[in-house]
Amino acid sequence: MILQQDLSIVSNKVIAKDTYEMVLEGDLVQQIKRPGQFIHIKIGEGFSHMLRRPFSIADYSLETNQLVIIYKVIGEGSKWLSKQSDQSFINVLGPLGNGFEIDHLANQNVLVVGGGVGVPPLYALTKQLSQRNDVKAVLGYQSSDSVFYEEKFNKYANTTVATNDGSYGEEGFVTDVINQMQNQVDYYFACGPLIMLGAIQLQLRDTQGLLSVEERMGCGVGACFACVCEADNEKGYVKICQDGPVFHSNEVTLYESIS
Amino acid sequence: MNLSVDLGGLQLKNPIMPASGCFGFGKEFSQFYDLSELGAVVIKAATGEQRFGNPTPRVAETPSGMLNAIGLQNPGVDKIMEQELPFLDSYDTPIFANVAGSTLEEYVQVAEKLSQHPTIKALELNISCPNVKEGGIQFGTDPNLAYELTRAVKQVSKKPLFVKLSPNVTDITELARAVEEAGADGLSMINTLTGMAIDKQTRKPLIANETGGLSGPAIKPIAIRMIHQVREQTDLPIIGMGGICTADDVIEFLLAGSNAVAVGTANFHNPLVCKEIIDELPEALKRYKFTSLDELREVAVS
Repeated sequence: MILQQDLSIVSNKVIAKDTYEMVLEGDLVQQIKRPGQFIHIKIGEGFSHMLRRPFSIADYSLETNQLVIIYKVIGEGSKWLSKQSDQSFINVLGPLGNGFEIDHLANQNVLVVGGGVGVPPLYALTKQLSQRNDVKAVLGYQSSDSVFYEEKFNKYANTTVATNDGSYGEEGFVTDVINQMQNQVDYYFACGPLIMLGAIQLQLRDTQGLLSVEERMGCGVGACFACVCEADNEKGYVKICQDGPVFHSNEVTLYESIS
Repeated sequence: MNLSVDLGGLQLKNPIMPASGCFGFGKEFSQFYDLSELGAVVIKAATGEQRFGNPTPRVAETPSGMLNAIGLQNPGVDKIMEQELPFLDSYDTPIFANVAGSTLEEYVQVAEKLSQHPTIKALELNISCPNVKEGGIQFGTDPNLAYELTRAVKQVSKKPLFVKLSPNVTDITELARAVEEAGADGLSMINTLTGMAIDKQTRKPLIANETGGLSGPAIKPIAIRMIHQVREQTDLPIIGMGGICTADDVIEFLLAGSNAVAVGTANFHNPLVCKEIIDELPEALKRYKFTSLDELREVAVS
């Protein structure tokens, strides 16, 4: 069930360049079904900011009633969020979207690929996948100061970090790392910029996978048709907020839209 | 307090309805509250055939508002009647259909089909969508075209017809007069104002369509002014809209001359906003020393 609720901020701290980790607590957490779902956060006081901002859930615990989001300060909304202090409340709509379906996977070689702010939802996913599968994670960042969560991922997956400028880990894009991989991949998961998702979908086109897609959103619940994406289904489109944000690699074709 | 209103012969239990395009076909919002609490529901625009709309991004936030250029994405009038209307039938609230098109013939065809459907209690004629290349706003900015279209639709529809006016004109009263002469049963106003915003980093427009319709509290004073201007010229019922977020806003729109109001962008900010406004309206009316909606309306017309 989708709830609209004030969640309390347990912590809100910098973990990399312009990148914050925020821990939120409240009963809404009990409604989270699986990794890859997201929350829609109200920004500011009154009606100065009419659109909520969607953030993927990086981690959650039904025991502690807490969830984690990781966000980069880019515009006014994320700047406002970064200034919110511990113990204050923010208004959250969620959990939204369907997330990563992983119940069918066991004893598989799984590849998890994240780029920048696309990395967060893969963390809870990797934790859960690692219980029954062999997981390899490839995480791409701009440079050494923007790297986050490497050690956390390492606990659950054989993790390789790549930076665009080579200042940390492998030099280049996540696709360069995947190119050099020897082991066979049975299934993959990816989240990141559209251009990265398209490149991976093309690179791994003979492998089944799930892609988490982002788009600027309006309502977040499927009513406004702001975040649609062309799809290979009867309707010809999917709504990213409601039908996604995770889609099967057969369903959405991302590499055509970026070429 | 009795909040019921008579809107061109339609009895609404209260003057609050969600605005077309901001509420889909109701299903998504029905998980937040009982849609029967609403004065009415205005569903997303229907066109003759299905439309996929504009490229993304389709929305962008602006100060106290937003730009949108969805582009009338909808499954087409036949699929709407077949797949969307049955769900709304189970709610005790009148359903308004929003009629759009590229040509006069398309508008007439869509209006005729929807007006014959038992679930639909009234039509809203969308002559003011700023986000499609053909039709839409052309009919809403030329009084002659608006007259012709309204007349043509009136001839095929027996349901009350509300014409949704565009604020992207020099004199909105001219358009209001034209559609009244053509037989409109009421007016819906205002649609969004054409706007644009540019990303300083990429140096490109924030929405793919370049321009979009501006909505939200940012346009509220314009809506109030235009409703006031039109109210001085006509007795037609007016559904007022443009940035309504609170029960106080509703009172302001009623004072300007609206008979009912539609809530749009605020549904994205708070999915429960329509229900909350309905619940708060009696208290808000008392705060401004009104004992009934009728009393407020008497003040508004004087």
